[in-house]
Amino acid sequence: MDLLTPELGLFFWTLIAFLAVFFILRKFAWGPIISSLGDREKGIADSIATAERVRNEMSQLKAENEKLLAQAREERTAMLREAKETRDKIVGEAKDMAKIEANKIIVDAQHQIQQQKMAAITEVKNEIGTLAISVAEQILRKQLNAADGQDTYMKMLAGDIKLN
Amino acid sequence: MGIKRLYSLFVLTFALFGASINAAAQAEENHEAAATEAAAPHEEKKGINITELVFGHVSDSHEWHLFSLKKENGEEKPVAFPLPMIIYQPGKGVTVMSSGHFEEWHKTADGKAISNEHEGLYIEKHMKEKVLAVDGSKVYDFSITKNVLSMLIGVVLLLWAMTSAAKKYKTGAQVAPKGFQNFIEVVIVFIRDEVAKPNLGAKYLRFLPLLLTIFFFIWINNLLGLLPGGANFTGNIAVTACLALVAFVVMMANSNKHFWGHLLNPPNVPFLVKCLLVLIEVMSLCIKPVALMIRLFANMLAGHIVILSVICLIFIFALLNVYVGSGFVLVSLAFSIFMFMLELLVAVIQAFIFANLTAVFIGQAIEGDHSHDHEHGHDAAAAH
Repeated sequence: MDLLTPELGLFFWTLIAFLAVFFILRKFAWGPIISSLGDREKGIADSIATAERVRNEMSQLKAENEKLLAQAREERTAMLREAKETRDKIVGEAKDMAKIEANKIIVDAQHQIQQQKMAAITEVKNEIGTLAISVAEQILRKQLNAADGQDTYMKMLAGDIKLN
Repeated sequence: MGIKRLYSLFVLTFALFGASINAAAQAEENHEAAATEAAAPHEEKKGINITELVFGHVSDSHEWHLFSLKKENGEEKPVAFPLPMIIYQPGKGVTVMSSGHFEEWHKTADGKAISNEHEGLYIEKHMKEKVLAVDGSKVYDFSITKNVLSMLIGVVLLLWAMTSAAKKYKTGAQVAPKGFQNFIEVVIVFIRDEVAKPNLGAKYLRFLPLLLTIFFFIWINNLLGLLPGGANFTGNIAVTACLALVAFVVMMANSNKHFWGHLLNPPNVPFLVKCLLVLIEVMSLCIKPVALMIRLFANMLAGHIVILSVICLIFIFALLNVYVGSGFVLVSLAFSIFMFMLELLVAVIQAFIFANLTAVFIGQAIEGDHSHDHEHGHDAAAAH
Protein backbone atom coordinates (compact mmCIF):
# COMPACT_ATOMS: atom_id res chain seq x y z
CA MET A 1 0.00 0.00 0.00
CA ASP A 2 1.05 3.57 -0.64
CA LEU A 3 0.91 4.46 3.03
CA LEU A 4 3.65 1.96 3.86
CA THR A 5 6.27 3.41 1.51
CA PRO A 6 8.25 6.13 3.28
CA GLU A 7 8.80 9.39 1.41
CA LEU A 8 12.40 10.40 0.99
CA GLY A 9 11.82 14.10 1.61
CA LEU A 10 10.02 13.65 4.91
CA PHE A 11 12.59 11.09 6.03
CA PHE A 12 15.39 13.49 5.18
CA TRP A 13 13.86 16.47 6.99
CA THR A 14 12.92 14.37 10.02
CA LEU A 15 16.45 13.02 10.29
CA ILE A 16 17.99 16.48 10.08
CA ALA A 17 15.50 17.99 12.50
CA PHE A 18 15.77 15.17 14.99
CA LEU A 19 19.55 15.21 15.01
CA ALA A 20 19.58 19.01 15.30
CA VAL A 21 17.13 18.87 18.19
CA PHE A 22 19.16 16.11 19.81
CA PHE A 23 22.46 17.96 19.65
CA ILE A 24 21.02 21.33 20.64
CA LEU A 25 19.02 19.95 23.55
CA ARG A 26 21.89 17.76 24.70
CA LYS A 27 24.11 20.80 24.95
CA PHE A 28 21.66 23.43 26.17
CA ALA A 29 18.91 21.56 27.96
CA TRP A 30 19.50 17.95 28.95
CA GLY A 31 23.08 18.50 30.07
CA PRO A 32 22.36 21.33 32.53
CA ILE A 33 19.05 19.84 33.67
CA ILE A 34 20.41 16.35 34.29
CA SER A 35 23.54 17.57 36.03
CA SER A 36 21.71 20.03 38.27
CA LEU A 37 19.07 17.40 39.03
CA GLY A 38 21.86 15.11 40.10
CA ASP A 39 23.46 17.90 42.14
CA ARG A 40 20.18 18.72 43.80
CA GLU A 41 19.46 15.09 44.62
CA LYS A 42 22.93 14.75 46.05
CA GLY A 43 22.43 17.95 48.01
CA ILE A 44 19.15 16.70 49.42
CA ALA A 45 20.64 13.34 50.31
CA ASP A 46 23.59 15.08 51.95
CA SER A 47 21.30 17.40 53.87
CA ILE A 48 19.24 14.49 55.12
CA ALA A 49 22.38 12.63 56.14
CA THR A 50 23.70 15.73 57.90
CA ALA A 51 20.40 16.28 59.66
CA GLU A 52 20.40 12.68 60.78
CA ARG A 53 23.95 12.97 62.03
CA VAL A 54 23.23 16.21 63.85
CA ARG A 55 20.14 14.67 65.38
CA ASN A 56 22.18 11.74 66.59
CA GLU A 57 24.81 14.08 67.92
CA MET A 58 22.16 16.14 69.65
CA SER A 59 20.61 13.15 71.31
CA GLN A 60 24.04 11.96 72.32
CA LEU A 61 24.80 15.40 73.69
CA LYS A 62 21.51 15.47 75.53
CA ALA A 63 22.18 12.10 77.08
CA GLU A 64 25.60 13.29 78.08
CA ASN A 65 24.15 16.46 79.56
CA GLU A 66 21.65 14.51 81.53
CA LYS A 67 24.37 12.26 82.80
CA LEU A 68 26.43 15.27 83.80
CA LEU A 69 23.45 16.83 85.52
CA ALA A 70 22.72 13.67 87.45
CA GLN A 71 26.34 13.46 88.40
CA ALA A 72 26.35 17.07 89.53
CA ARG A 73 23.21 16.52 91.55
CA GLU A 74 24.74 13.52 93.21
CA GLU A 75 27.87 15.43 93.91
CA ARG A 76 25.91 18.26 95.40
CA THR A 77 24.05 15.86 97.70
CA ALA A 78 27.31 14.29 98.70
CA MET A 79 28.86 17.66 99.36
CA LEU A 80 25.90 18.77 101.43
CA ARG A 81 26.04 15.60 103.43
CA GLU A 82 29.73 16.00 103.95
CA ALA A 83 29.34 19.61 104.95
CA LYS A 84 26.68 18.67 107.43
CA GLU A 85 28.88 15.97 108.82
CA THR A 86 31.77 18.34 109.07
CA ARG A 87 29.62 20.92 110.78
CA ASP A 88 28.29 18.37 113.23
CA LYS A 89 31.76 17.17 113.89
CA ILE A 90 33.11 20.69 114.45
CA VAL A 91 30.23 21.60 116.69
CA GLY A 92 30.65 18.35 118.59
CA GLU A 93 34.34 18.86 118.94
CA ALA A 94 33.85 22.41 120.09
CA LYS A 95 31.32 21.26 122.61
CA ASP A 96 33.65 18.59 123.91
CA MET A 97 36.51 21.03 124.12
CA ALA A 98 34.38 23.53 125.95
CA LYS A 99 33.25 20.91 128.38
CA ILE A 100 36.74 19.79 129.04
CA GLU A 101 37.88 23.37 129.46
CA ALA A 102 35.03 24.13 131.77
CA ASN A 103 35.71 21.07 133.83
CA LYS A 104 39.28 22.02 134.03
CA ILE A 105 38.39 25.54 135.16
CA ILE A 106 36.00 24.17 137.71
CA VAL A 107 38.58 21.76 139.00
CA ASP A 108 41.14 24.54 139.16
CA ALA A 109 38.71 26.76 140.94
CA GLN A 110 37.82 24.08 143.42
CA HIS A 111 41.43 23.37 143.92
CA GLN A 112 42.17 27.01 144.54
CA ILE A 113 39.22 27.37 146.83
CA GLN A 114 40.42 24.37 148.76
CA GLN A 115 43.88 25.81 148.95
CA GLN A 116 42.63 29.21 150.01
CA LYS A 117 40.37 27.57 152.51
CA MET A 118 43.25 25.54 153.92
CA ALA A 119 45.42 28.63 154.06
CA ALA A 120 42.70 30.51 155.84
CA ILE A 121 42.12 27.67 158.26
CA THR A 122 45.82 27.42 158.93
CA GLU A 123 46.01 31.12 159.52
CA VAL A 124 42.98 30.96 161.82
CA LYS A 125 44.58 28.02 163.63
CA ASN A 126 47.83 29.89 163.98
CA GLU A 127 46.03 32.97 165.20
CA ILE A 128 44.06 30.85 167.64
CA GLY A 129 47.29 29.16 168.76
CA THR A 130 49.01 32.50 169.29
CA LEU A 131 46.00 33.80 171.14
CA ALA A 132 45.86 30.70 173.31
CA ILE A 133 49.55 30.97 174.09
CA SER A 134 49.29 34.61 174.97
CA VAL A 135 46.22 33.86 177.10
CA ALA A 136 48.04 31.00 178.72
CA GLU A 137 51.12 33.17 179.25
CA GLN A 138 49.06 35.86 180.89
CA ILE A 139 47.35 33.30 183.10
CA LEU A 140 50.60 31.69 183.95
CA ARG A 141 52.19 35.01 184.71
CA LYS A 142 49.36 35.70 187.10
CA GLN A 143 49.46 32.34 188.77
CA LEU A 144 53.16 32.21 188.99
CA ASN A 145 53.20 35.38 190.87
CA ALA A 146 52.26 33.38 193.86
CA ALA A 147 54.63 30.65 195.37
CA ASP A 148 52.01 27.94 195.58
CA GLY A 149 51.08 28.72 192.02
CA GLN A 150 54.53 27.97 191.05
CA ASP A 151 54.34 24.73 192.90
CA THR A 152 51.11 23.49 191.45
CA TYR A 153 52.30 24.45 188.04
CA MET A 154 55.44 22.54 188.56
CA LYS A 155 53.45 19.48 189.56
CA MET A 156 51.12 19.90 186.60
CA LEU A 157 54.05 20.14 184.21
CA ALA A 158 55.56 17.08 185.84
CA GLY A 159 52.20 15.35 185.42
CA ASP A 160 52.19 16.29 181.76
CA ILE A 161 55.65 14.89 181.34
CA LYS A 162 54.56 11.62 182.87
CA LEU A 163 51.58 11.56 180.68
CA ASN A 164 53.78 11.98 177.63
CA MET B 1 1.55 -3.44 34.87
CA GLY B 2 -1.55 -1.27 35.22
CA ILE B 3 -0.50 0.80 32.24
CA LYS B 4 0.04 -2.30 30.16
CA ARG B 5 -3.39 -3.67 30.96
CA LEU B 6 -4.98 -0.33 30.24
CA TYR B 7 -3.09 -0.15 27.04
CA SER B 8 -4.23 -3.56 25.86
CA LEU B 9 -7.76 -2.47 26.59
CA PHE B 10 -7.24 0.54 24.38
CA VAL B 11 -5.81 -1.57 21.63
CA LEU B 12 -8.82 -3.82 21.87
CA THR B 13 -11.15 -0.83 21.71
CA PHE B 14 -9.26 0.46 18.72
CA ALA B 15 -9.43 -2.85 16.97
CA LEU B 16 -13.14 -3.37 17.57
CA PHE B 17 -14.27 0.11 16.65
CA GLY B 18 -11.74 0.38 13.87
CA ALA B 19 -13.09 -2.79 12.36
CA SER B 20 -16.72 -1.78 12.62
CA ILE B 21 -16.03 1.65 11.19
CA ASN B 22 -13.96 0.25 8.39
CA ALA B 23 -16.81 -2.08 7.61
CA ALA B 24 -19.23 0.83 7.64
CA ALA B 25 -17.01 2.93 5.44
CA GLN B 26 -16.48 -0.01 3.12
CA ALA B 27 -20.22 -0.65 2.89
CA GLU B 28 -20.82 2.98 2.18
CA GLU B 29 -18.19 2.98 -0.49
CA ASN B 30 -19.61 -0.12 -2.12
CA HIS B 31 -23.05 1.32 -1.95
CA GLU B 32 -21.83 4.51 -3.49
CA ALA B 33 -19.94 2.74 -6.20
CA ALA B 34 -23.00 0.70 -7.05
CA ALA B 35 -25.11 3.82 -7.03
CA THR B 36 -22.72 5.66 -9.30
CA GLU B 37 -22.69 2.75 -11.70
CA ALA B 38 -26.41 2.47 -11.78
CA ALA B 39 -27.46 6.10 -11.68
CA ALA B 40 -26.79 8.97 -14.01
CA PRO B 41 -23.69 11.23 -13.61
CA HIS B 42 -25.70 14.03 -11.94
CA GLU B 43 -25.91 11.86 -8.81
CA GLU B 44 -22.17 11.66 -8.15
CA LYS B 45 -21.67 14.99 -6.32
CA LYS B 46 -24.11 14.02 -3.62
CA GLY B 47 -22.06 11.31 -1.88
CA ILE B 48 -18.86 11.79 0.03
CA ASN B 49 -15.89 9.58 -0.47
CA ILE B 50 -14.96 8.63 3.11
CA THR B 51 -11.77 6.85 2.12
CA GLU B 52 -10.51 9.85 0.21
CA LEU B 53 -11.49 12.22 2.98
CA VAL B 54 -9.88 10.20 5.75
CA PHE B 55 -6.71 9.40 3.87
CA GLY B 56 -6.54 12.93 2.58
CA HIS B 57 -6.32 14.04 6.20
CA VAL B 58 -3.87 11.46 7.48
CA SER B 59 -1.45 11.53 4.55
CA ASP B 60 1.16 14.12 3.79
CA SER B 61 0.37 17.05 1.54
CA HIS B 62 2.11 19.86 -0.28
CA GLU B 63 -0.39 22.34 1.05
CA TRP B 64 -1.93 22.81 4.47
CA HIS B 65 -5.59 22.21 3.81
CA LEU B 66 -8.00 23.73 6.33
CA PHE B 67 -11.49 23.28 4.88
CA SER B 68 -13.41 23.45 1.63
CA LEU B 69 -16.03 26.01 0.73
CA LYS B 70 -18.86 25.04 -1.54
CA LYS B 71 -19.50 27.66 -4.19
CA GLU B 72 -22.94 28.45 -5.54
CA ASN B 73 -22.34 26.50 -8.69
CA GLY B 74 -21.65 23.39 -6.60
CA GLU B 75 -17.90 23.53 -7.12
CA GLU B 76 -15.73 23.00 -4.05
CA LYS B 77 -13.11 25.57 -3.30
CA PRO B 78 -10.44 24.41 -0.88
CA VAL B 79 -9.06 26.89 1.66
CA ALA B 80 -5.43 25.97 2.12
CA PHE B 81 -1.98 27.43 2.71
CA PRO B 82 0.42 26.72 -0.10
CA LEU B 83 3.77 25.40 1.13
CA PRO B 84 7.22 25.70 -0.42
CA MET B 85 8.27 22.87 -2.69
CA ILE B 86 11.90 21.88 -3.09
CA ILE B 87 12.38 19.47 -5.95
CA TYR B 88 15.65 17.90 -6.99
CA GLN B 89 15.86 16.39 -10.45
CA PRO B 90 19.08 14.74 -11.59
CA GLY B 91 20.46 16.78 -14.46
CA LYS B 92 18.11 19.69 -13.81
CA GLY B 93 19.15 20.66 -10.32
CA VAL B 94 17.05 22.03 -7.50
CA THR B 95 13.77 23.78 -8.16
CA VAL B 96 12.08 25.83 -5.45
CA MET B 97 8.49 26.97 -5.90
CA SER B 98 5.18 27.37 -4.17
CA SER B 99 2.65 24.59 -4.21
CA GLY B 100 0.10 27.25 -5.07
CA HIS B 101 1.03 26.78 -8.71
CA PHE B 102 -0.77 23.45 -8.72
CA GLU B 103 -4.39 24.36 -8.38
CA GLU B 104 -6.24 22.84 -11.32
CA TRP B 105 -7.20 19.28 -10.54
CA HIS B 106 -8.91 16.66 -12.62
CA LYS B 107 -9.85 13.09 -11.80
CA THR B 108 -8.68 10.13 -13.80
CA ALA B 109 -10.64 6.97 -14.35
CA ASP B 110 -8.80 5.01 -11.62
CA GLY B 111 -9.62 7.55 -8.90
CA LYS B 112 -6.38 9.53 -8.97
CA ALA B 113 -6.36 13.30 -8.96
CA ILE B 114 -3.88 14.93 -11.30
CA SER B 115 -2.86 18.56 -11.06
CA ASN B 116 -1.91 21.00 -13.77
CA GLU B 117 1.66 21.13 -15.01
CA HIS B 118 4.15 23.69 -13.76
CA GLU B 119 7.83 23.78 -14.73
CA GLY B 120 7.50 20.31 -16.18
CA LEU B 121 6.13 18.85 -12.95
CA TYR B 122 2.71 17.77 -11.75
CA ILE B 123 1.24 16.29 -8.58
CA GLU B 124 -0.58 13.00 -8.56
CA LYS B 125 -2.88 12.48 -5.58
CA HIS B 126 -4.24 9.09 -4.69
CA MET B 127 -3.64 7.72 -1.20
CA LYS B 128 -0.76 10.13 -0.96
CA GLU B 129 0.68 12.90 -3.03
CA LYS B 130 3.50 12.32 -5.45
CA VAL B 131 5.40 14.87 -7.47
CA LEU B 132 6.11 13.51 -10.93
CA ALA B 133 7.89 14.89 -13.95
CA VAL B 134 5.98 15.25 -17.19
CA ASP B 135 8.79 13.60 -19.11
CA GLY B 136 8.84 10.67 -16.66
CA SER B 137 12.33 11.37 -15.32
CA LYS B 138 13.27 10.77 -11.70
CA VAL B 139 12.14 13.35 -9.14
CA TYR B 140 13.41 13.72 -5.59
CA ASP B 141 10.94 15.62 -3.48
CA PHE B 142 12.43 17.52 -0.51
CA SER B 143 9.46 19.84 -0.14
CA ILE B 144 8.48 21.47 3.12
CA THR B 145 5.26 19.53 3.25
CA LYS B 146 2.51 19.79 5.83
CA ASN B 147 4.23 17.15 7.96
CA VAL B 148 7.63 18.83 7.73
CA LEU B 149 6.13 22.19 8.69
CA SER B 150 4.24 20.61 11.58
CA MET B 151 7.46 18.99 12.72
CA LEU B 152 9.33 22.30 12.49
CA ILE B 153 6.66 23.94 14.65
CA GLY B 154 7.04 21.08 17.11
CA VAL B 155 10.82 21.41 17.06
CA VAL B 156 10.66 25.15 17.72
CA LEU B 157 8.22 24.60 20.59
CA LEU B 158 10.40 21.86 22.01
CA LEU B 159 13.60 23.87 21.79
CA TRP B 160 11.95 26.91 23.31
CA ALA B 161 10.29 24.97 26.13
CA MET B 162 13.34 22.95 27.07
CA THR B 163 15.93 25.69 26.86
CA SER B 164 13.76 28.05 28.88
CA ALA B 165 13.28 25.34 31.48
CA ALA B 166 17.02 24.65 31.47
CA LYS B 167 17.77 28.31 32.11
CA LYS B 168 16.14 28.07 35.53
CA TYR B 169 18.57 25.34 36.47
CA LYS B 170 21.54 27.44 35.51
CA THR B 171 20.51 30.38 37.68
CA GLY B 172 19.37 28.63 40.82
CA ALA B 173 20.40 25.02 40.87
CA GLN B 174 19.30 24.23 44.40
CA VAL B 175 15.90 25.91 44.36
CA ALA B 176 12.73 23.84 44.35
CA PRO B 177 11.26 23.62 40.83
CA LYS B 178 8.01 25.36 40.02
CA GLY B 179 5.60 25.85 37.15
CA PHE B 180 6.50 24.42 33.78
CA GLN B 181 9.97 23.50 34.99
CA ASN B 182 8.37 21.27 37.61
CA PHE B 183 6.30 19.47 34.99
CA ILE B 184 9.32 18.94 32.74
CA GLU B 185 11.36 17.74 35.66
CA VAL B 186 8.84 15.09 36.64
CA VAL B 187 8.94 13.68 33.12
CA ILE B 188 12.71 13.82 32.92
CA VAL B 189 13.09 12.08 36.26
CA PHE B 190 10.54 9.48 35.17
CA ILE B 191 12.46 8.75 31.96
CA ARG B 192 15.70 8.62 33.91
CA ASP B 193 14.49 6.37 36.71
CA GLU B 194 11.97 4.17 34.89
CA VAL B 195 13.45 3.95 31.40
CA ALA B 196 17.15 4.67 31.41
CA LYS B 197 18.36 3.28 34.74
CA PRO B 198 16.63 -0.15 34.70
CA ASN B 199 17.57 -0.88 31.08
CA LEU B 200 20.98 0.68 30.69
CA GLY B 201 22.49 0.18 34.12
CA ALA B 202 25.60 2.14 34.94
CA LYS B 203 25.96 3.72 31.48
CA TYR B 204 22.53 5.33 31.59
CA LEU B 205 23.84 8.91 31.63
CA ARG B 206 25.37 8.42 28.21
CA PHE B 207 22.08 7.55 26.54
CA LEU B 208 19.72 9.65 28.64
CA PRO B 209 19.84 12.70 26.30
CA LEU B 210 18.90 10.50 23.34
CA LEU B 211 16.02 8.89 25.21
CA LEU B 212 14.75 12.25 26.42
CA THR B 213 14.95 13.71 22.92
CA ILE B 214 13.12 10.73 21.45
CA PHE B 215 10.43 10.90 24.10
CA PHE B 216 9.76 14.62 23.90
CA PHE B 217 10.12 14.77 20.11
CA ILE B 218 7.51 12.06 19.64
CA TRP B 219 5.26 13.35 22.37
CA ILE B 220 5.08 16.96 21.20
CA ASN B 221 4.54 15.89 17.61
CA ASN B 222 1.86 13.42 18.67
CA LEU B 223 0.08 16.23 20.50
CA LEU B 224 0.44 18.66 17.60
CA GLY B 225 -1.05 15.99 15.35
CA LEU B 226 -4.13 15.87 17.54
CA LEU B 227 -4.93 19.55 17.07
CA PRO B 228 -7.76 20.14 14.63
CA GLY B 229 -6.23 20.62 11.21
CA GLY B 230 -2.95 19.23 12.51
CA ALA B 231 -0.69 16.99 10.49
CA ASN B 232 -0.40 13.27 11.03
CA PHE B 233 3.37 13.52 11.48
CA THR B 234 4.13 10.62 13.81
CA GLY B 235 1.62 8.44 11.96
CA ASN B 236 3.80 8.64 8.89
CA ILE B 237 6.06 5.71 8.22
CA ALA B 238 8.94 7.85 6.96
CA VAL B 239 9.08 9.57 10.35
CA THR B 240 8.93 6.43 12.42
CA ALA B 241 11.43 4.78 10.07
CA CYS B 242 13.80 7.67 10.63
CA LEU B 243 13.48 7.50 14.41
CA ALA B 244 13.83 3.72 14.39
CA LEU B 245 16.91 4.06 12.22
CA VAL B 246 18.47 6.48 14.68
CA ALA B 247 17.75 4.06 17.52
CA PHE B 248 19.17 1.16 15.51
CA VAL B 249 22.33 3.06 14.57
CA VAL B 250 22.91 4.01 18.19
CA MET B 251 22.34 0.42 19.21
CA MET B 252 24.78 -0.92 16.62
CA ALA B 253 27.40 1.75 17.33
CA ASN B 254 27.41 0.85 21.01
CA SER B 255 27.07 -2.93 20.77
CA ASN B 256 29.86 -4.81 22.52
CA LYS B 257 31.71 -8.05 21.90
CA HIS B 258 29.56 -9.95 24.33
CA PHE B 259 26.43 -9.03 22.36
CA TRP B 260 27.84 -10.15 19.01
CA GLY B 261 29.41 -13.21 20.57
CA HIS B 262 26.07 -14.33 21.91
CA LEU B 263 24.35 -13.49 18.67
CA LEU B 264 26.71 -15.15 16.21
CA ASN B 265 28.10 -17.94 18.37
CA PRO B 266 25.67 -18.96 21.09
CA PRO B 267 27.53 -21.01 23.72
CA ASN B 268 26.67 -24.63 24.62
CA VAL B 269 24.48 -25.30 21.57
CA PRO B 270 24.84 -28.15 19.03
CA PHE B 271 25.98 -27.09 15.58
CA LEU B 272 22.70 -27.49 13.68
CA VAL B 273 20.70 -25.74 16.34
CA LYS B 274 23.34 -23.06 16.38
CA CYS B 275 22.84 -22.35 12.66
CA LEU B 276 19.12 -22.03 13.19
CA LEU B 277 19.59 -19.93 16.30
CA VAL B 278 21.98 -17.52 14.60
CA LEU B 279 19.50 -17.10 11.75
CA ILE B 280 16.71 -16.37 14.20
CA GLU B 281 18.88 -14.01 16.22
CA VAL B 282 19.93 -12.03 13.15
CA MET B 283 16.32 -11.84 12.04
CA SER B 284 15.22 -10.67 15.47
CA LEU B 285 17.94 -8.03 15.40
CA CYS B 286 16.59 -6.67 12.13
CA ILE B 287 13.01 -6.89 13.34
CA LYS B 288 13.74 -4.68 16.34
CA PRO B 289 13.86 -1.36 14.48
CA VAL B 290 11.03 -2.50 12.24
CA ALA B 291 8.93 -3.18 15.31
CA LEU B 292 9.72 0.28 16.63
CA MET B 293 8.80 1.79 13.28
CA ILE B 294 5.52 -0.09 12.81
CA ARG B 295 4.32 0.31 16.39
CA LEU B 296 4.38 4.09 16.48
CA PHE B 297 3.22 4.46 12.89
CA ALA B 298 0.28 2.10 13.25
CA ASN B 299 -0.84 3.45 16.59
CA MET B 300 -0.88 7.07 15.58
CA LEU B 301 -2.34 6.41 12.13
CA ALA B 302 -5.05 4.23 13.63
CA GLY B 303 -5.91 6.90 16.18
CA HIS B 304 -6.27 9.57 13.53
CA ILE B 305 -8.31 7.31 11.27
CA VAL B 306 -10.66 6.34 14.08
CA ILE B 307 -11.30 9.94 15.14
CA LEU B 308 -11.87 11.00 11.54
CA SER B 309 -14.12 8.03 10.89
CA VAL B 310 -16.21 8.78 13.94
CA ILE B 311 -16.64 12.35 12.76
CA CYS B 312 -17.47 11.10 9.28
CA LEU B 313 -20.21 8.91 10.71
CA ILE B 314 -22.22 12.09 11.16
CA PHE B 315 -22.08 12.77 7.47
CA ILE B 316 -22.73 9.17 6.48
CA PHE B 317 -25.89 9.17 8.57
CA ALA B 318 -26.80 12.62 7.30
CA LEU B 319 -26.71 11.21 3.77
CA LEU B 320 -29.24 8.56 4.75
CA ASN B 321 -31.58 11.01 6.40
CA VAL B 322 -31.00 14.46 7.77
CA TYR B 323 -32.77 13.64 11.08
CA VAL B 324 -30.77 10.49 11.63
CA GLY B 325 -27.65 12.47 10.88
CA SER B 326 -28.39 15.25 13.33
CA GLY B 327 -29.47 12.69 15.91
CA PHE B 328 -26.19 10.95 15.51
CA VAL B 329 -24.20 14.14 16.08
CA LEU B 330 -24.35 13.73 19.84
CA VAL B 331 -23.30 10.09 19.78
CA SER B 332 -20.53 10.79 17.35
CA LEU B 333 -19.29 13.81 19.25
CA ALA B 334 -19.31 11.93 22.53
CA PHE B 335 -17.43 9.09 20.98
CA SER B 336 -14.91 11.34 19.25
CA ILE B 337 -14.30 13.22 22.49
CA PHE B 338 -13.67 9.87 24.13
CA MET B 339 -11.32 8.94 21.32
CA PHE B 340 -9.58 12.27 21.60
CA MET B 341 -8.94 11.74 25.31
CA LEU B 342 -7.71 8.29 24.50
CA GLU B 343 -5.40 9.70 21.85
CA LEU B 344 -4.00 12.19 24.34
CA LEU B 345 -3.09 9.22 26.49
CA VAL B 346 -1.84 7.20 23.53
CA ALA B 347 0.34 10.15 22.50
CA VAL B 348 2.32 9.96 25.72
CA ILE B 349 2.18 6.18 26.00
CA GLN B 350 3.57 5.70 22.50
CA ALA B 351 6.32 8.20 23.13
CA PHE B 352 7.15 6.36 26.35
CA ILE B 353 7.09 2.96 24.62
CA PHE B 354 9.34 4.15 21.83
CA ALA B 355 11.84 5.57 24.33
CA ASN B 356 11.56 2.51 26.53
CA LEU B 357 12.11 0.03 23.69
CA THR B 358 15.04 2.08 22.43
CA ALA B 359 16.51 1.83 25.92
CA VAL B 360 15.80 -1.91 26.01
CA PHE B 361 17.49 -2.51 22.65
CA ILE B 362 20.51 -0.40 23.53
CA GLY B 363 20.61 -2.13 26.90
CA GLN B 364 20.75 -5.52 25.18
CA ALA B 365 23.57 -4.36 22.95
CA ILE B 366 25.70 -2.97 25.78
CA GLU B 367 24.98 -5.45 28.53
CA GLY B 368 27.85 -7.50 29.92
CA ASP B 369 28.06 -11.12 31.10
CA HIS B 370 26.60 -10.43 34.49
CA SER B 371 23.03 -9.44 33.68
CA HIS B 372 21.43 -12.49 32.06
CA ASP B 373 18.39 -12.33 34.26
CA HIS B 374 17.37 -9.08 32.59
CA GLU B 375 16.48 -10.74 29.34
CA HIS B 376 13.10 -12.00 30.46
CA GLY B 377 12.08 -8.50 31.38
CA HIS B 378 13.20 -7.31 27.97
CA ASP B 379 11.19 -9.95 26.20
CA ALA B 380 8.10 -9.00 28.11
CA ALA B 381 8.61 -5.38 27.23
CA ALA B 382 9.32 -6.15 23.59
CA ALA B 383 6.23 -8.32 23.33
CA HIS B 384 4.26 -5.40 24.53
